[in-house]
Amino acid sequence: MVARAEELYSRIASRKYVPLFSLASALVLLFLLDISVGPAWLSPAEIISAIVSPSSVDAATQVIMWNLRLPVALMAVVVGASLAIAGAQMQTILDNPLASPYTLGISAAAGFGAALALVLGVGILPYGGQFIVPINAFLFAMLTCLLIYSIAKKTGLSSEVMVLTGIAVLFLFHSALALLQYLASDQQLQAVVFWLFGSLLKTTWPKLGIAGAILLATLPVLAKDAWKLTALRLGDEKARSLGINVEGLRLKVLIWVSVLSGAAVCFVGTIGFVGLVGPHIARILVGEDQRFFLPASALAGALLLSAASAVSKLVIPGAILPIGIVTSLIGVPFFVSLILRKKRAYW
Amino acid sequence: MRVQVEGLEFAYNGSSPVLKDIGMEALPGEVTALLGPNASGKSTLLKCIAGILRPRGNVLLEGKELSKFKKGETTACVSYLPQENSSRAILTVFEAVLLGRLESLSWRVNREDLDLSLKALEDLRIEALAPRFLNELSGGQKQMVSIAQALVRQPRVLLLDEPVSGLDLQHELEALDLIREITMQRGITTVIALHDLNLAARYADKVVVLKNGTVYASGRPEMVLSPRAIRDVYGVDCTVRSEGGTLQIIPLPSIRIKSRDASLRCIMPD
Repeated sequence: MVARAEELYSRIASRKYVPLFSLASALVLLFLLDISVGPAWLSPAEIISAIVSPSSVDAATQVIMWNLRLPVALMAVVVGASLAIAGAQMQTILDNPLASPYTLGISAAAGFGAALALVLGVGILPYGGQFIVPINAFLFAMLTCLLIYSIAKKTGLSSEVMVLTGIAVLFLFHSALALLQYLASDQQLQAVVFWLFGSLLKTTWPKLGIAGAILLATLPVLAKDAWKLTALRLGDEKARSLGINVEGLRLKVLIWVSVLSGAAVCFVGTIGFVGLVGPHIARILVGEDQRFFLPASALAGALLLSAASAVSKLVIPGAILPIGIVTSLIGVPFFVSLILRKKRAYW
Repeated sequence: MRVQVEGLEFAYNGSSPVLKDIGMEALPGEVTALLGPNASGKSTLLKCIAGILRPRGNVLLEGKELSKFKKGETTACVSYLPQENSSRAILTVFEAVLLGRLESLSWRVNREDLDLSLKALEDLRIEALAPRFLNELSGGQKQMVSIAQALVRQPRVLLLDEPVSGLDLQHELEALDLIREITMQRGITTVIALHDLNLAARYADKVVVLKNGTVYASGRPEMVLSPRAIRDVYGVDCTVRSEGGTLQIIPLPSIRIKSRDASLRCIMPD
């Protein structure tokens, strides 16, 4: 019996390792492509030399690699993984396939916070310095999470109320943002619009460090509750019958994923597509056992954004398109092809 | 594990009480059926016994108040199968049943949990479904998986809310046969909310009939399920026969005559 049960379970689990390995391999390849392409192409040999032994390459290659390409490419991985994980957990705790940092208004709130700093120069915290825009964006993302939670708490933290509140907040901040854009000068308007497009180009090592640290801090928290989050997909009633404090789990995960998505969005701007579709790609490939779904979502998100980052440098030679534009353009065909290839219903 | 309910009352968020002064007892090795029309409080009572709702009054498990059980203790001994079964989770049947072992699951799944999950599926004769996805199953198959999820926990108290709704006749009887067998063999205290009075009469050692949130009657099926009680609780006239030691409840054919001011149901003679 034991041997048969183990064999059966190994067969089920092994179907998930192949897509995970494929996603990880594709991510490595796309990451290498991302750091090699740009106005100045770098060969694989130059890349390896520049990373392993920076002194062996010329100063220009060193600067390109360490100041421009590596932080941007790593930021694509970190932000893609963060947004996809945030989207995956929002879809899980809210039992809604449309939930993501974007559709719940967290990205819109961050956009408004950023615009407040760019147009009016108003920082939520004093002495924000060069971080005034990301700090504003992050704090508004957190305030939105608090607002959604406060309203939903009055109705027993039901997922429907949380989703509806999030969508209402999305429209609220879109209107507030439109007002700021209306008031802005041409130069300010350009800065706001560029921020809203989403771009990795202003990445620095300290920004990457903060976003990466928050991602690394969130992963073990979510991994610890992997089975409970999986059980939540059986429905609130069943989850409660298994001893899960559903409201407590929902609140805990909402806070963590809001921090995660806030940290990602505040440095790179609004990138909506990854948080919505990354989890669906993962779901199609490995199902919803969170021990596989969580890493697969992170890999799918990182993969999408790395691909978008590489493509954004290839479309117009010598120019770099904002990544927010490219992400949807390359992600949608990939996503649709997956849906068409798999015959099962995936929500 | 003996289940006692004393003076239990419950109301949802300030609305009028759903349960009023409920008292009942369920014993180990016995199946107790909760009966009553829709909205009589059967599901709410099961949730109160499962510790999901916090009612006024007492729920005692083996003489100890439920509210005094430590976190995790209740789920370790009480398994509750809710009526709702609309999950759209992308999980295989085996994974879904494994989730019933949530208390002992860690990142790496241990042999005992795998073994018990397969055993639960085999007991219900649905092991062939193990690698299939939940969202590919019919409603009845999903219901069988839910029963397996409840059984895999090896509970001492088993609370089932309409466990056989949506099952075909064969699976309905098989599932209830198994539940009764496990109840007696393992000395489990089983409480089942049922709509079908004939199934209750066939499988329950004891029935508790609820009407408007109160206990109308309780006791052995042959003592409680009389034509008068069924008319009082359900508003249906029927005959009750005993064949081979099992009660058979047969509603009498009737026609409803409506006038502008009143509605009258007339029983058709045989």
